[in-house]
Amino acid sequence: MDMQVAKKKLSLKEKYKLLTRDLGWDTTYHTKDEVFPYVQYEGIKIHDWDKWEDPFRLTMDSYWKYQAEKERKFYAIIDAHAQNNGHLNITDARYLSALKIFLQAISPGEYAAGKGFARMGREFPGVGTQVACQMQSIDEIRHAQTQIHALSNYNKFYNGFHAFADARDRMWYCTLPRSFFDDALSAGPFEFMIAIGFSFEYVLTNLLFVPFMSGAAYNGDMATVTFGFSAQSDEARHMTLGLECIKFMLEQDPANLPIVQGWIDKWFWRGFRLLGVVGTMMDYMLPKRVMSWREAWNIYGVENGGALFRDLARYGIRPPKGWDDAEKGIDHMSHQFMLALYQYNFGTAFHSWIPSEDEMEWLSKKYPDTFDKYYRPRWAHLSKLKAAGTPFANMGLAKLCQTCQIPTVFTEPDDPTSLCQRETEYKGEKYHFCSDGCQHIFENEPEKYIQAWLPMQQLFQAPINGDLGAWMSWVSLIPGKDNGDFDGSEDERNFAAWRQQATSNQ
Amino acid sequence: MALTSTKPYVAVPRDLVENFNGKQIVYVCWDHHMLFATPLLLVVEPEMSFGDLLENVVKPLIGPDPDAAAVDLGSVEWQKAGRAWKPDLAASLAANGIVHKEQLRFRTPGVNSLLAAA
Repeated sequence: MDMQVAKKKLSLKEKYKLLTRDLGWDTTYHTKDEVFPYVQYEGIKIHDWDKWEDPFRLTMDSYWKYQAEKERKFYAIIDAHAQNNGHLNITDARYLSALKIFLQAISPGEYAAGKGFARMGREFPGVGTQVACQMQSIDEIRHAQTQIHALSNYNKFYNGFHAFADARDRMWYCTLPRSFFDDALSAGPFEFMIAIGFSFEYVLTNLLFVPFMSGAAYNGDMATVTFGFSAQSDEARHMTLGLECIKFMLEQDPANLPIVQGWIDKWFWRGFRLLGVVGTMMDYMLPKRVMSWREAWNIYGVENGGALFRDLARYGIRPPKGWDDAEKGIDHMSHQFMLALYQYNFGTAFHSWIPSEDEMEWLSKKYPDTFDKYYRPRWAHLSKLKAAGTPFANMGLAKLCQTCQIPTVFTEPDDPTSLCQRETEYKGEKYHFCSDGCQHIFENEPEKYIQAWLPMQQLFQAPINGDLGAWMSWVSLIPGKDNGDFDGSEDERNFAAWRQQATSNQ
Repeated sequence: MALTSTKPYVAVPRDLVENFNGKQIVYVCWDHHMLFATPLLLVVEPEMSFGDLLENVVKPLIGPDPDAAAVDLGSVEWQKAGRAWKPDLAASLAANGIVHKEQLRFRTPGVNSLLAAA
């Protein structure tokens, strides 16, 4: 009779060792440099890859178990949301604009991050790094999927959700996140880690996710809250990976410091520009406000970011070069963005609007030094134009920044009455920028940024040749439904009618 | 270094003037008139006279500003590429030295209804 012998159970530590360190064999058919061709050219010197510590030491079996559990919960709630007409529980249909921007601009960024980490999982020679990057890659793809699934419920009822993939590729305001990720993906592996792993995930992600998910909760959007929770535990891991990576680079060789500092300067500024639209969402698009962009910046930027850079000072790292200019822009940028979105709203696949008197009161309380002085008079004039039957549409179209690709809506750091305009010449061509930060990034690597696909420029070239109608069908924007003022939109009418049906006997 | 790369790399700009079917880009900014979110992006023929550009392109676009009616574009102060500049209204954009993606700014000191507080 055979005896049943209990299999020896591996400890977690042993499992992780098998998963990682034992995969790090030395190559014999090809040299190490041939197998990992992209780890040298950025100038980062690494002497001992085994010094890379993955603080989570997550193994595959536990990873699958946690993620599967989260998926089950997530889809149960999404199903319930769909069956119970969860879309009618949101505070107001204006809230949907924030979701449309998120789906068109941010979810594709999750997918791009997934592609990037998959590549980094291949290109870093250290096995600890490889495994951590591969898991983050799977996480990012999962985030893109859960976001698309959660928001597909809204697509059944409302305009502007139907063509987010075309928007990602072609829509003018989506080239901002797209160029951000393309810039990172076309950099070397170390710069990518500083760009996405550190600057975006560690320094700035709280400014995106915390206000966005609280905003969803405040405005009755359980679908979005659910994907937020599902992603949150992953984010903690990603933030740690970004921080570990930067410490690893700095500890390996003192010559790495100036390179890393340069990337921090660059990617803080690019990330800050990218997240500016979150401020607009918080200050203007949430019918029930959570906190102002200024308040969020004070917590997640000034306090948390300040503490982080004090901590990194022992490696010789100083706060990013654009930090002071960022601070000077905080009380202005959400207003500048919303005014721009409103005047170009014939070309957006979401609605914008003039804030109500109540909302302007709130804005003036939250921005006592800037709103009444600079921005209320503009909104008041826009209301007057609208009341006269001649709502303002800016057909001059927008001048874009060559680096961040955002319309150059920002003002001089020390003069809010003057648009900040910078220009330079490279190989006989003129290039324009929204800020010193973006100009510095360009001048550091001009060959990269001269090939920017600037959507306003493209609109006037073949095949569109300046035809706005042809452009709309090319970006899958349905005029009169997806675009324009919220006031009088189909979304406004439908939401009001359906809510009426759901809450009365009429 | 023009690019951190594994080997020499030369890029081609995506918005060269030859891509615009005989036209060019001109940016025009009305300083301190912040109703317009960015400088106006105009795509026009280089043979167009500067006076035509002002009368037929710029003037209709700045109409929504409350000061537009009070401004004579023929006599405002101009800057080109950041330096003071006097245009020749009768001459073409090309003869005025306005190249592709040129940034022009004009000022109307004292006329600014929407920034009264500033």
